[in-house]
Amino acid sequence: MSNLLALSEKHALSVERLTVAFSHGEELLLALDGATFEVKRGEFVCVVGASGSGKSTLLNVLAGLDRPSAGRAHVHGRVALIFQESALLPWLTAAGNVELALELRGVSASVRQELAYELLGRVHLAGFEKRRPHELSGGMKQRVALARALAQDADVLLMDEPFGALDAISRDLLHEELERIWKESRLTILFVTHNAREAVRLGDRVMVFTSRPGRVAQEVHVNLPRPRSLDSPELAVIAGRITDRLKHEMFGEAVI
Amino acid sequence: MAAELAPQLSLSEALGSRPHPVRRSAARVWSGLWPKLGAAVLLVVIWQLVVWSGWRSQSALPGPWPVVERLAGDLRHLDFYAAIGLTLRRVAFGYAIAAAAASIVAILIARIELARRAVGSLLVGLQSMPSIAWFPLAILLLQRSEGAITLVVVMGAAPAIAAGLLSGIDHVHPLLIRVGRAMGADGLRLYRHVILPAALPAFVGGLKQGWAFAWRSLMSAELLVVATNQSSIGQLLQSARNLNDAQQLLAIMVVIFVIGIAVDSVFGMLDTAIRRRWGLLGMEA
Ligand SMILES: Nc1ncnc2c1ncn2[C@@H]1O[C@H](COP(=O)(O)OP(=O)(O)OP(=O)(O)O)[C@@H](O)[C@H]1O
Ligand SMILES: [Mg+2]
Repeated sequence: MSNLLALSEKHALSVERLTVAFSHGEELLLALDGATFEVKRGEFVCVVGASGSGKSTLLNVLAGLDRPSAGRAHVHGRVALIFQESALLPWLTAAGNVELALELRGVSASVRQELAYELLGRVHLAGFEKRRPHELSGGMKQRVALARALAQDADVLLMDEPFGALDAISRDLLHEELERIWKESRLTILFVTHNAREAVRLGDRVMVFTSRPGRVAQEVHVNLPRPRSLDSPELAVIAGRITDRLKHEMFGEAVI
Repeated sequence: MAAELAPQLSLSEALGSRPHPVRRSAARVWSGLWPKLGAAVLLVVIWQLVVWSGWRSQSALPGPWPVVERLAGDLRHLDFYAAIGLTLRRVAFGYAIAAAAASIVAILIARIELARRAVGSLLVGLQSMPSIAWFPLAILLLQRSEGAITLVVVMGAAPAIAAGLLSGIDHVHPLLIRVGRAMGADGLRLYRHVILPAALPAFVGGLKQGWAFAWRSLMSAELLVVATNQSSIGQLLQSARNLNDAQQLLAIMVVIFVIGIAVDSVFGMLDTAIRRRWGLLGMEA
C-alpha cells in the first residue's frame, strides 16, 4: 500500500504492457503491442511515431475513451484530452465551449463566464469569446481547445498533434504559450506529434514509437535549457537522431 | 517574446478570418420572399388561364378575383375567424401532444439498443400509414368528439417527429460524443449537453414534417366529423360544397393553403437560423 502511494506521488501516469487490438472483419489489427512507460508528475513528454503507430489510440485509452485489450494504463489524477482535429461543439461560442467544460467540472454558474473569459485571455483570444467555431481560424480553434482543456483543471494534459495543421509562426507562438502555461500550472503533459523538432523543442523526454503496432522503441532525454528555439543547432542534432530512428522504424525492417 | 508577438498574430488572424456577414434584415427577408411571391403569382395566372379557357362554367370554377372578393367579405365576419380559430386550436393542441410524446419516446428508444431496432421499423410503417386510417378506430373509441380529432392529428404528426429526432440522435458525429465524454459528461448530461443539441437540426426537420402531417390529418378529420355543430374550417368547406358555393369553397382553400405555408416558413426560418449559427450555410445565404 505504501509502495503504491509512493508510486502515485511520483508518477502522473503509468502504462504497462498496454495492448490494443481492433477487429477488421476477420482480422485482428494491433494498434499498440505491449507499450510500457511512465511519466513523472510535472514532466513534459513527447511521443513521436509514424502514422498509424497507435499514438491517438494511446491517448484515447489514457483518457478513458477506449479500453485496453491487455495490460494497464493508469492516470493518477484528472485527465484532459486535446483531440487531433480541434473538436469544438459547433453550436456553442468559444466562451460557451470553455464554459461547458467548467459546468461539467461543477463550477458554479455565477463565475463560469468570468473564468472562461480569463482562460481565453490566457491563450491570447481576448475579444473572440463570442465567436462560433466556424468563425475562427484553425490556430484559434486549437487555442480554444487548449483553453477548454485547461478549464477541466486536469492534472494530466494529453495533446494529440494539436498544432499539426498550423503555419510555422503560429506554431512557434503556441509552443511558447504552452510552455508558459505548463510552467505556471505545473501540469503533466503527454504531447503527440510526428515532428521530431517539435518534440525536442517541447519535451523533457521524447519517446519514439515503433511502427505498427506501437511500443516504445527509444527514449531520448532532452537536456537543453528552456526556452529552446526550433532553429538552434543543438536541437537540430537531437531531432536528426530521432528522425533517423523514425526512418529506421518505418523502412529499416523492410530493407534488412 | 510570446507577449510581444501574440497580439500581432491575433490581429492578423482577426483580419484574415472571414468577415461576419452584415446584411440588412429587410434585404434578407425580401430575398427569401420573392421566389414564394413569384410562385403564388404563377399559380394565380394558371388558375385564371384555366378559367378563361372555358373548361368549366364560372359558377363551378370561379376566377381568382371573385374568390378574393369573397374572401375579403368573409374576413369581415366574426364567425369566420371563430371557425379558423377552432381549427388552429385543434391543430396546436394535437401537435403539442404529438411533439411532446414523440420526443420522449424517441429519447427512450435511442437509449435502449434493442428497442431502437424494434421500434425503428415500426416508425417507418406508422409514418407511411395515412393517419385518416385511424379515424374509424378513433370514433369507435372516443365517439365523434374532440378527442377523436386529436387522436388522428397526433397519430399523423408523432411518427415523423419521432423519426426526425431519432435519426438526429443516431447521426451525431462520434467525435462530438468522445469530446463530451472526455470532458466528463455521461448518461443524461451527455444527452443534455452534446447529443440533443447536436440532433437539433434533424429534430427541426422532423418537426417541420410533423406539422405538414398534422395539418393534413386535421383537414381530413374535420371533413369527416361534421356532427359536432361547432364551425371549423373543415366544416365550412363541407357546407360550401353542400350549397354548391364554389367561390366560398375556393376562398376557404386559399385560407388553408396560406396557413400551411405560413407555418412551414416559420420552420424554414428556424432551420436557417440554426444552420447559420453552426456555420453550415454557404456564402449566399
Ligand atoms: N476505431 C478503430 N477501429 C479500427 N481500427 C482503428 C480504430 N482506431 C484506430 N485504428 C487503427 O489503429 C492503428 C493506429 O491508429 P492511431 O489513430 O492510433 O494512429 P496514430 O499513430 O494516431 O496515427 P496518425 O499519426 O496518423 O494520427 C491504425 O492502423 C488504425 O487503422
Ligand atoms: Mg493520430
